[in-house]
Amino acid sequence: MEKAIKRYFPIFVLPTMLAFILGFIAPFIMGIYLSFCKFTTVTDAKFIGLENYKKVFTDPTFVHALWYTALFTAVTVVLINVLAFAVAWFLTKGIKGTNIFRTVFFMPNLIGGIILGYIWQLLLNGILMQFNRTLTYSATYGFWGLVILMCWQQVGYMMIIYIAGIQNVPGDLLEAAKIDGANSKQILTKVTLPMVMPSITICTFLTLTNSFKLFDQNLALTNGEPSNMSEMLALNIYSTFYGRAGWEGVGQAKAVIFFILVAAIALTQNYLTRRKEVQQ
Amino acid sequence: MKKKLLSLVLGTAMVTTLLAGCGSTSTEAPASEAAEVESEAVETPAAESEAAESEVAEAPAAEAGDGAVYYLNFKPEQAEQWEALAEVYTEETGVPVTVVTASSGTYESTLKSEMAKEEAPTLFQVNGPVGLATWKDYCYDLKDSDVYKNLSSDDFALVNEDGSVSGIAYVIETYGIIYNKTLLNDYFETEGAVATSVEEINNFDTFKAVVEDIQAKKDELGILGAFTSAGMDASSDWRFKTHLANMPIYYEYKADGISSTDAIKGTYLDNYKAIWDLYINNATCEPSLLSSKTGEDAASEFALGEAVFYQNGTWAYGDIAAAEEISDEELGMLPIYIGGEGEENQGLCTGSENYWCVNAKADQADIDATLAFINWVVTSDAGRSALANDMGFVTPFTTMADYLPANPLVAAANEDIAAGHTAVTWNFTTMPSEEWKNGVGSALLEYAQGTGEWDAVVTAFVDGWATEAAAAKAE
Repeated sequence: MEKAIKRYFPIFVLPTMLAFILGFIAPFIMGIYLSFCKFTTVTDAKFIGLENYKKVFTDPTFVHALWYTALFTAVTVVLINVLAFAVAWFLTKGIKGTNIFRTVFFMPNLIGGIILGYIWQLLLNGILMQFNRTLTYSATYGFWGLVILMCWQQVGYMMIIYIAGIQNVPGDLLEAAKIDGANSKQILTKVTLPMVMPSITICTFLTLTNSFKLFDQNLALTNGEPSNMSEMLALNIYSTFYGRAGWEGVGQAKAVIFFILVAAIALTQNYLTRRKEVQQ
Repeated sequence: MKKKLLSLVLGTAMVTTLLAGCGSTSTEAPASEAAEVESEAVETPAAESEAAESEVAEAPAAEAGDGAVYYLNFKPEQAEQWEALAEVYTEETGVPVTVVTASSGTYESTLKSEMAKEEAPTLFQVNGPVGLATWKDYCYDLKDSDVYKNLSSDDFALVNEDGSVSGIAYVIETYGIIYNKTLLNDYFETEGAVATSVEEINNFDTFKAVVEDIQAKKDELGILGAFTSAGMDASSDWRFKTHLANMPIYYEYKADGISSTDAIKGTYLDNYKAIWDLYINNATCEPSLLSSKTGEDAASEFALGEAVFYQNGTWAYGDIAAAEEISDEELGMLPIYIGGEGEENQGLCTGSENYWCVNAKADQADIDATLAFINWVVTSDAGRSALANDMGFVTPFTTMADYLPANPLVAAANEDIAAGHTAVTWNFTTMPSEEWKNGVGSALLEYAQGTGEWDAVVTAFVDGWATEAAAAKAE
């Protein structure tokens, strides 16, 4: 069997490999090339060197989007993980209706980002209307609106991962800790948390990259209003590419910078949390 | 046994996907090759004027298969009508016509991605000189086309400095302040009304007094406000950052005797502020809610008789009529008075920002087919009737004289011209870029909701113009 797999794996890998090359590698390389070009349509480009990259950092909306995104990521990563872990903690205690609660918390994740964005726009505007304000009145409203929306959507998903992690903590370890006289707080911080470190790695990775790459929700909830002040990086790239004549290449350059940023942050985070994991 | 079965199933699945993959490529390849061969075959006789008879005889056979038209339509309101018209044309001539409509607000992005494809649109549109700047390399010279010869005036074409024609306007539109005659007459009958007939409203001061008085008497009149909400959502902000901004630009150009500039002075920005204040302070909603008010909000407020005035154009008729609350006779249109010199004779704003362009990078056969199609649209009975009656367009073509749409707002525009008023031209086509409009729009909104100062609007208007015009020049 082993031998057969070795012999035939190229054939089995081929379709996926083709799809990966056509759907990912090719556009990616083309995208990098285009970031050095001036173009209107992607098939008709003229090489201009580093011009686009120079323009990126003179564009105040990009710098603003960068800080706005960083702040948003910091807030959501902390909030989502703390909330998700707390929910998971309570839902592994064996309280009544655990399954129903888990399902309910997980449900929002099944709805697409654009739809969620519009739903929350209606909800939040409905509340803000009482105070004669709307979500797009200032970027602060948009920011906290997005935070609420992202928490609502992501907490359930991360909860599932944490539940799996918590359930995997060996019973004998917990029992031993109890016999040694540890209280529940000590058990949580000294036994459970170190044991679920792999889940924390995954969850912080997911929330970090999700928040950094956030697009649909941003587009649907505020679309960057007012004055591009609630615009995050991905949306900024999109509106540069499609919204500004002659700036297509700059949008592409922003996308390349964006990729490098996300990759660097994700790898660093992965390295840092990996170190804390314990071998069972 | 189970393992064998599993591998068999997996193997079959693999082979099917592979075959399916091959299948689609193998069917596509000959088709595109054939198309190339065909178009070459057509090009040859065209290039050599003295072609052998046998070749000419072949041409008609190939004709049905070659040139095709692909129209990327800008106006979602008229999507169905264009598709129906395309079908009629295909039935009549056998030339395939594809109509694709970009959804509202996504035309530029759709065009960008469609143009990159092998089967690119042969007919698309730009919104004027500024839009043309993006697509100038893609515009076929229409100087010798029949459709250009049918155009009533060069004012409706995008003529380049070297005399070539890049775009042709296919619809003329008019905007102003649409009003509800019934509600306005109700107001004229109230006690102490500032004016007693609409003819008296022919300058900004009277208009302002009327609007403010209506706002004060809104409960008596059973309305929510004099104006519909001046929504600054993307679906509505163009009414103010583009169309209303045309007014100060128009008066400045007129005073300076120019038709475009690289540096606007903003002479009439105080007037712009005055009319904007009037809009936001006498509306159906609080100014702090404007950022999320949409175009639909304003349209429905007007259509349901909740407001008397609504700044929009002839294209808004469909939305108003759809609500079936206001009859055609109740609709009128007033010029936008901002307090410029001699505004008693100022008329409505009339112009076009919809220009047809033919894709110069398409096959010659497709270009010819496209030119034939648009000329058919403006000359044949079916095409002319569809343009005027189904789509409700007023067009700048000489062939269309007998075909006028039954749109009361168009009638209002014609009455205005008949009354001897001078139409305001659409100078917003000379605005330096979308970026400039966005800057002005954001500043307008911030000013309206009280989070910004009017100075920011002035900066965005004057300095933004200079920056954007310089940036456009540099490229």
